[in-house]
Amino acid sequence: MESATVAADHAHHGPPEANQSSRIDRQTLGILLFIVSEIMLFGAFFASYFFLRVVANDGPWPPEGLELPVAVAGVNTAILISSSFTVHWALEGVRRGNRRAMQFGLAATWLLGATFLFIQINEYIHIGFSARDTAFGSIFYGLTGLHGAHVFVGLVLLSFANIRGWRGHFGPKAKDHLGVEVPGIYWHFVDVMWIIVFTTVYIL
Amino acid sequence: MHNPLRSEADAFRLVVIVGVCAAVVIAAALVIDPVAGAIVLAVEIAAGAWLALRGSRGTLPRTAEVASAPDDVHRILVVANETVGGRALLDEIRARSRNGSAEILVVVPALTASALEHWSSDVDGALADAGRRLDASLGGMRGTGLRASGHVGDHHEPAAAIEDALRDFAADELIISTHPPARSRWLESGVVERAERDVPLPVTHVVVDLEAEGVERA
Repeated sequence: MESATVAADHAHHGPPEANQSSRIDRQTLGILLFIVSEIMLFGAFFASYFFLRVVANDGPWPPEGLELPVAVAGVNTAILISSSFTVHWALEGVRRGNRRAMQFGLAATWLLGATFLFIQINEYIHIGFSARDTAFGSIFYGLTGLHGAHVFVGLVLLSFANIRGWRGHFGPKAKDHLGVEVPGIYWHFVDVMWIIVFTTVYIL
Repeated sequence: MHNPLRSEADAFRLVVIVGVCAAVVIAAALVIDPVAGAIVLAVEIAAGAWLALRGSRGTLPRTAEVASAPDDVHRILVVANETVGGRALLDEIRARSRNGSAEILVVVPALTASALEHWSSDVDGALADAGRRLDASLGGMRGTGLRASGHVGDHHEPAAAIEDALRDFAADELIISTHPPARSRWLESGVVERAERDVPLPVTHVVVDLEAEGVERA
């Protein structure tokens, strides 16, 4: 009879091995937890915004003499939403083995994001009030600036994805394109937050 | 409830949904009045909360991932805790081992005595107990010529331990061993039913009555 093979690997020294569970890979879980913390951060800023607007404000909102460039911000919103479509196109490309689609999708996403940031900075320069002018100015720059910082972080992540994509990294298997998937999730989060910021601050 | 940020595709879907909802709010605000936009927004938030609540009742049907292997070796995944040394379980494994040619992986989830111990990570005792039971069980299988290996699952949930093992072990069938219904916490929590539903493999449930077998619990 064949001799038995017994390998009880629970008897080992040192810290326990990392556990792979919870039905989600660690990178995606990491960005998910990060986004949860970011939602709380944005929530705090929105709480301040609504407190200043509803509770601590007696006059018109925005205060008289201050006007927001709704049309420019609307175009900027369209640009950012477009970038969600391009990053999704990139992901679909790499899933189907279409490397060109992935590369151009990532490049287009980066360019659209950079354009958004450029327009926002340009808006700050020409808007006519600063963060020190009234509580409205403070919370306006606080909220839009917080979001702009997230766009910048997203651009850094997309830069790495672009460099790797153009150097031949990533593949159709799920574990081989996490470097695109994770920045893609973050980028969509940034887009969703901007839609909320734009609707709340510029429209309502 | 489905996690809307589980993957890029899910997150993209969220962008589209939020974008469409925002477009309706913006249209109402610009065409009618900002107050109308706020009312539309409130309605949308309420509808979204209701849909999320409705979706949170029960879990979506899903299938566990099972690793694949290029060879023809028959592989059996065995999941048991206190009953891992039971004679009924050993008999079942031997009956399914194809004259000892099958490869057997035994997973013993380290179950804490209470939820408090689990949440406070006071699992050292549970790990040690599970390890002792596993050693004894593997020794018994070795004595009958079975090709068995095993490890202690460090997950509180047996269902999660099964899924973890299946990711690396290309099992052809699954055996779950429990106490009789009157004493089994696993049966009470529906572990077997869940495995039969989620695991795309033949699932065998073995009931081990340690008292009847006269086996002293480790």
